[in-house]
Amino acid sequence: MAFVPQLLFFLVLAFAAFIIRSRVLRIRDNIRLGKANPVNDRSGERWNNVLLVAFGQKKMFKKMIPATLHFFIYAGFLIINLEVLEFVIDGLAGTHRIFAPYLGSMYNLLMNFFEFLALAVLLACVVFLIRRNVIKVPRFRSPELTGWPLLDANLILITEIVLMSAIFTMNACDQLLQVHSEHYTATGTLFFSSFLMPLFSNLSQDALHVIERSAWWFHILGILGFAVYVTYSKHLHIFMAFVNTYYARLEPKGQINNMPVVTREVKSMLGIAPADAAPAGEPGRFGAKDINDLTWNQLAAAYSCTECGRCTAECPANLTGKKLSPRKIMMDVRDRMEEVGNSIAKGGKGLQDGKFLLDTYISREEINACTSCNACVEACPVLINPLDIILEMRRYVSMEESGAPAQWNGMFQNIETSFAPWKFPPSDRFKWANE
Amino acid sequence: MNVPTLAEMTAKGESPEIVFWVGCAGSFDDRAKRVTKAFVKILQAVGTKFAVLGPEETCTGDPARRAGNEFLFQMQAMSNITVLNGYQVKKIVTTCPHCFNTLKNEYPELGGTYEVIHHTTFINELIREGKIKMTGTSGFQGRKITYHDSCYLGRANNIYEAPREVLEALDADLVEMKRCKTNGLCCGAGGAQMFKEPEKGNKDINIERAEEAINTGASTIAVACPFCMTMMSDGVKNKEKEGQIVVRDLAELIVERQGL
Repeated sequence: MAFVPQLLFFLVLAFAAFIIRSRVLRIRDNIRLGKANPVNDRSGERWNNVLLVAFGQKKMFKKMIPATLHFFIYAGFLIINLEVLEFVIDGLAGTHRIFAPYLGSMYNLLMNFFEFLALAVLLACVVFLIRRNVIKVPRFRSPELTGWPLLDANLILITEIVLMSAIFTMNACDQLLQVHSEHYTATGTLFFSSFLMPLFSNLSQDALHVIERSAWWFHILGILGFAVYVTYSKHLHIFMAFVNTYYARLEPKGQINNMPVVTREVKSMLGIAPADAAPAGEPGRFGAKDINDLTWNQLAAAYSCTECGRCTAECPANLTGKKLSPRKIMMDVRDRMEEVGNSIAKGGKGLQDGKFLLDTYISREEINACTSCNACVEACPVLINPLDIILEMRRYVSMEESGAPAQWNGMFQNIETSFAPWKFPPSDRFKWANE
Repeated sequence: MNVPTLAEMTAKGESPEIVFWVGCAGSFDDRAKRVTKAFVKILQAVGTKFAVLGPEETCTGDPARRAGNEFLFQMQAMSNITVLNGYQVKKIVTTCPHCFNTLKNEYPELGGTYEVIHHTTFINELIREGKIKMTGTSGFQGRKITYHDSCYLGRANNIYEAPREVLEALDADLVEMKRCKTNGLCCGAGGAQMFKEPEKGNKDINIERAEEAINTGASTIAVACPFCMTMMSDGVKNKEKEGQIVVRDLAELIVERQGL
């Protein structure tokens, strides 16, 4: 019956892999709801962004305290996952600490380093829980951060604390067992968990064994559960941040994307288009009313948002009490994608459900409040651009509905008739020189 | 003021070193017109051969594009490009960061590629080249000046140092607001907000920014954008601080320093 735990482990692993695979495919399909937008230029600069901004966390460090705490969790996540590799091999092969004999004294050093990181992660998560729930940092108190987003954030932090505690419990019992059992490979003293040993020292060998095994299973199940959960959560940023920093726009922030469809039309109106430049098929919708009017990169960006709210904390409109929150724009894009994706998967109406990103999720009051100042774009630690999406929605309202605010329509009219946004006669334009 | 137009210059068979794009605010807004004239004084004092488009200039289309009207933007852009290319314009200087951004970044895709420079950078180059010499006592020593970053110069185009170098050259005492450079707070006018009432909120953005500027204890708020000029001036007025703090464009400060 010794193979039972191994079989069980294999089944759990396979099950987790199956769910993760189907979630990844769903997310891919959701992102593919967006318009094609091939990105195949300036790969050097793009990799540079991935290295500095995603891998190196460069923009995180604009705020030192959260950046440092986040760095511990990030480093812990990257490095402790090496230990998970050992867990998986042990689980499948029925071994215990399979790397220990090969690494010798290095193993002790590594395990102590992992324990240090685990403690750092644990403490960072405690501070983050306090920041979010007790100190109530303003950017964590926005209306869009109630309900699921708040629960999501707390769940992750608590899960990480519990997972790290499991490592310490497991290592403490393991060290006690090493004295008596051949199976428990000697690891040498593991500094941090050795402090927990007195808690367990009066227990019988059997009880220790049960606790150690339980902690082991708890930890690996926790990790696998976490991996599944991440695909439903804002914590997908741990993967998508790398994707997004690669595909982020490289043009100056002030430059708005051109609309070639409009260029063709304007050129033909002005009679400067070459005669054979027939428009390539239907022009489609101007601007964005729903997620399928955005590009796939804009949709992928929504999956890389971890709702930190640095954008919203810098937004001049939001700071002065307007409804606009750049973070909410990204959260809305993601929620709408999930809604459409789920509907399509169930054979439902998908995009034709009578709902739209604009109006159902994002109000006109929100998009009209933007000053296009790029503070949100500058603030984002993973190079998300909420401004691009806001401008696409303004294009839809203005060009498809002529529904811009009345004063903007007046401004448009002034430009058309007087060639200036104010209603002055064009003949007065050069008067300043003689005043 | 004797300001040559590009049409006149071309008729004489001459061409300017640089075209001064005045912009709609610089042409029609009374406060911004003073900045336009200040910059012309500088150009004339250093002997730069320049011309303006005069009656041939029209809106770049920036506010239309930011309010979502891409058609109108491109109509404006195409007609401006036709005029500029017709005169074979190579180099443009402008006192408006919005015109600057649009001409520099958005016209090339539509067929208008020029070397575009903002007047803060231009003035800074004149100082560096020694064409503007700060001689004698300045009257600026100990004068506290805070610089309000225009979003369309700063974050939009990464121009943070040129305006600050100009202020340092004036010998003034530059005091920074907490939110400056990449973290600078918008004046509230960008993205076509200049042309409509703000959305519902609990404060106007320009008031928030004016308070921050006033709290530095500076006696001058330096700006480099006609919209920032309007917003900051209104903010200062709203706080009834016109007596203590003035809002000036960098070009005006140079004119004041040099007694032009």
